[in-house]
Amino acid sequence: MANKLLSLENVSAHYVSQQGTRVVRAVDEVTLSLDAGETLGIVGESGSGKSTLALTILRLLPKAARIVGGRIMFEGEDLVDKPAAEMRRVRGKRIAMILQDPMASLNPLFTIGDQVGEPLRVHEGASRSSAWQRAIDLIKSVRIASPQTRVAQFPHEMSGGMRQRIVGAIGMSCEPRLLIADEPTTSLDLTIQAQYLDLLRELQRTHGLALIFITHNLGIVAKMCDQLAVMYAGRVVEQGPVSRVFSQPLHPYTKALLGSIPRMTEEREQLTAIDGQPPDLANLPAGCSFAARCPAAFARCQVEAPPDFTVEPGRSARCWLAAPTVHASIDQTIPLSRSAAS
Amino acid sequence: MTVTTTPLAAAAASPAARTLKLWRLEGFPLIPVLILLLIAFVAVFADFLAPYDPQIGSLARRFRPPAWEAGGSMAHLLGTDHVGRDVLSRLIFGARVSMVVGLTAVLVAGGIGTLLGILSGYLGGWVDQVIMRVTDAWLALPALTFAIFLAAIVGPSELNIIVILGGVYWTRYARVVRGEVLSLKQREFVRLAVVAGCSKWLIMRRHILPNVLNSAIVLATLMLGVVIVTEASLSFLGVGVPPPKPAWGLMMADGKKGLMVGYWWLTVFPGICIMLMVLSANLLGDWLRVKLDPQLRQL
Amino acid sequence: MKQFIVRRVGYSLLSLFLLSVTIFLFVRVTGDPTTLLVEPGASPEDIENMRHQFGLDQPLWVQYWLFATSFVTGDLGQSFYYRTPVLELYFQRLPNSLQLAAVAMVLSLLIGIPSGILAAVRVGGFWDSAGKTFSLLGLSLPQFWVGLVLILFFSVYLGWLPSSGSGGILHLLMPAFTLGWYFAAAHMRLTRSSMLEVLDSEYVKLARLKGLPEALVIGKHALKNALIPVITLAGINLVVMINVAVVVETVFAWPGIGRLLYEGITFRDFPVVQCVVVLGGSMIIVVNLLVDILYAYIDPRIRLES
Repeated sequence: MANKLLSLENVSAHYVSQQGTRVVRAVDEVTLSLDAGETLGIVGESGSGKSTLALTILRLLPKAARIVGGRIMFEGEDLVDKPAAEMRRVRGKRIAMILQDPMASLNPLFTIGDQVGEPLRVHEGASRSSAWQRAIDLIKSVRIASPQTRVAQFPHEMSGGMRQRIVGAIGMSCEPRLLIADEPTTSLDLTIQAQYLDLLRELQRTHGLALIFITHNLGIVAKMCDQLAVMYAGRVVEQGPVSRVFSQPLHPYTKALLGSIPRMTEEREQLTAIDGQPPDLANLPAGCSFAARCPAAFARCQVEAPPDFTVEPGRSARCWLAAPTVHASIDQTIPLSRSAAS
Repeated sequence: MTVTTTPLAAAAASPAARTLKLWRLEGFPLIPVLILLLIAFVAVFADFLAPYDPQIGSLARRFRPPAWEAGGSMAHLLGTDHVGRDVLSRLIFGARVSMVVGLTAVLVAGGIGTLLGILSGYLGGWVDQVIMRVTDAWLALPALTFAIFLAAIVGPSELNIIVILGGVYWTRYARVVRGEVLSLKQREFVRLAVVAGCSKWLIMRRHILPNVLNSAIVLATLMLGVVIVTEASLSFLGVGVPPPKPAWGLMMADGKKGLMVGYWWLTVFPGICIMLMVLSANLLGDWLRVKLDPQLRQL
Repeated sequence: MKQFIVRRVGYSLLSLFLLSVTIFLFVRVTGDPTTLLVEPGASPEDIENMRHQFGLDQPLWVQYWLFATSFVTGDLGQSFYYRTPVLELYFQRLPNSLQLAAVAMVLSLLIGIPSGILAAVRVGGFWDSAGKTFSLLGLSLPQFWVGLVLILFFSVYLGWLPSSGSGGILHLLMPAFTLGWYFAAAHMRLTRSSMLEVLDSEYVKLARLKGLPEALVIGKHALKNALIPVITLAGINLVVMINVAVVVETVFAWPGIGRLLYEGITFRDFPVVQCVVVLGGSMIIVVNLLVDILYAYIDPRIRLES
């Protein structure tokens, strides 16, 4: 574990209402790890806690939410109890993040050059002119034509694809070790999406960057990621190397997701192939939170939540079916047609 | 922002009990309501409460300070003014003026505004255009300036002030009510009524009016403070309630002359009365706005 | 864009027209206009002359035409009291009103913007409630009450500031504060709500993700965006301030337009009252027009919507 770039150990982040009566378990006992240069995909329905998890790592949760337990080890340091001032120097410098909406994530009143060079000025004390110069290089590196003129322009003068590249350039500006991308391609059209993913891969390769890719698109996971974590109701229900999870899913939820993969890279807003609704995170059932929708649920699932079973090194699932004894028979109990996993 | 988080326990109770419970729970502005009730009580029973006639004084007893100051006496608890009238008695009767003018002016403005707002919003077309253009044009004039202009034309009297304030402030009602009606028009029950063949007038009376009343009441409470300030300002400027009637604004205008020579009680007491009444009305209105009508929160 | 401006100008002209019709009708229909337009104590022949001059013996629309054309040509009549054209009086007083409004505006922004920011940044906390209380007081207290309390304290008790009249900056302080106080509350409310909206935006989130210090996130990324609506409102309010200072100018005997209006009422000088009201309304309609056009230049979305 010592050589891991990032490892989360039992991390929980809860929203607590003002009276303290309502607790929403947005992220619950999440354990994950990531090596340098590796790509981890996090998938799940909207509201499953993916984005909250990302903000938890960066300690930028909304005011009502707080980290209630666990450790977030990054390059050997625990981020959870880092003083706020030091945490600020981690953000943008060692861990960067790209948000969902490129149209809204650039400030309309400042030039591109100003916004791209800003992390350099703050974290590396670069002068105005050298930050500007490096902003030009960065914009060039995300393959935007005529960077010299683009730096002096404002966000509204650019297309959506260009803006998202610029957000990428901002993320790369201080050469972080880890980049978290939260559904960075949802608002782009298909060709631009593919180009953008290629660009991310290239940047990752040249900078030896670790990537956490939050998405609901398993096609993208197949293309981009080494590791996969599936989230449901604030918990990681299954994780492991992408190829293993795709070829032999352990959790019925993962199976259902794989069964509903959109053809090719067709993007959908939600994964809707499973009947029913995810549970209310403020009022979780006593047993497994997926039990109500699970085709393979049995009596024990209703009363007792399954722990995280480690099935093989680096591969685990929160499902009674993955418990060592039943594991072998899973494919016979629920014959789900597994469709093209790539 | 949540509208009202209904506590689970109250869900089983009757709607009326639940409402009562909510009102008790969610920061009900008790003190402001008590102050308003007190002013209303004083206004109604002014004849019994006031120790002196508010309009008659004796020059022999002018500029008496309040009882606790040197030279004051218990005979005139809050002192006397420049013609020897008892300040307390004038304050008590002033409450009546403020209440009567404030409430009726709000009623007039609310009546006109709600009516025109409903017509404008429901009928649409040229009716809407005419009413809204006039509203826009009238809103361009600052309310106080407009009121002064009207008062200069028709001359000061208590009745005129009510008409003037109603005429100035209906535009604000019309705007808000029209907006509400536009959204109500899209609602299912109104569409059903149209399909069922109800006449326009019936729909406006039976389906639209009751549904805009909430907003109208909230607006009225907020408007009460504004109207009272305007009435007091007009009286202060000498185009409001004519002397010797005891209006708070007028008392302050009279008292202003004595301020520089130290007759502070002539301005401070009526000022406190106005302030208490307006603040109370606004606090109540603010609370009602949040409780009753989420749509009005941006006001 | 051209189309937008044309339509917007059209609306403004319509508003001006309706405003003039309103004022005209109020003067003509409510009672006998001669009592308003003709000097008190004029002889019967004078009144007859006046009736003819204002066309009071002619149909209403002819009267309106006369009324409107006289306004457009800048003939707003003679003051009964000063015996000079009212427009002249108006322009004599205007600089004083501008001076008062400018200082009041500066004070209102100096109070309103920082307290609004503080309330938004500490939303739900102590400063937010303090700000709420302050804005409630600002919007509730009658101006003459604030003014008189200031006089009582600073002029009567402390003797620091002159209670009335014009002259140096000392004369301006209290009236400007009294006038600015109400607007400070309005500016505070708007700064707070607009700041809250901006703080919730994606670009502020990104600024935090970049690891910028909180001071830079708020002072640079959030503030500049949040101030746009506040500055717009301030622009409109500057003109409004010129036209609503009647109470303040009366309390402090400041010789501005508001004081002119007050004199117009007390001397029964109706042409003066009419002039102040008509010009005030027109000024506000025009500034609203300008702000809308300016906004359309800044923000292309508005153009597309309309």
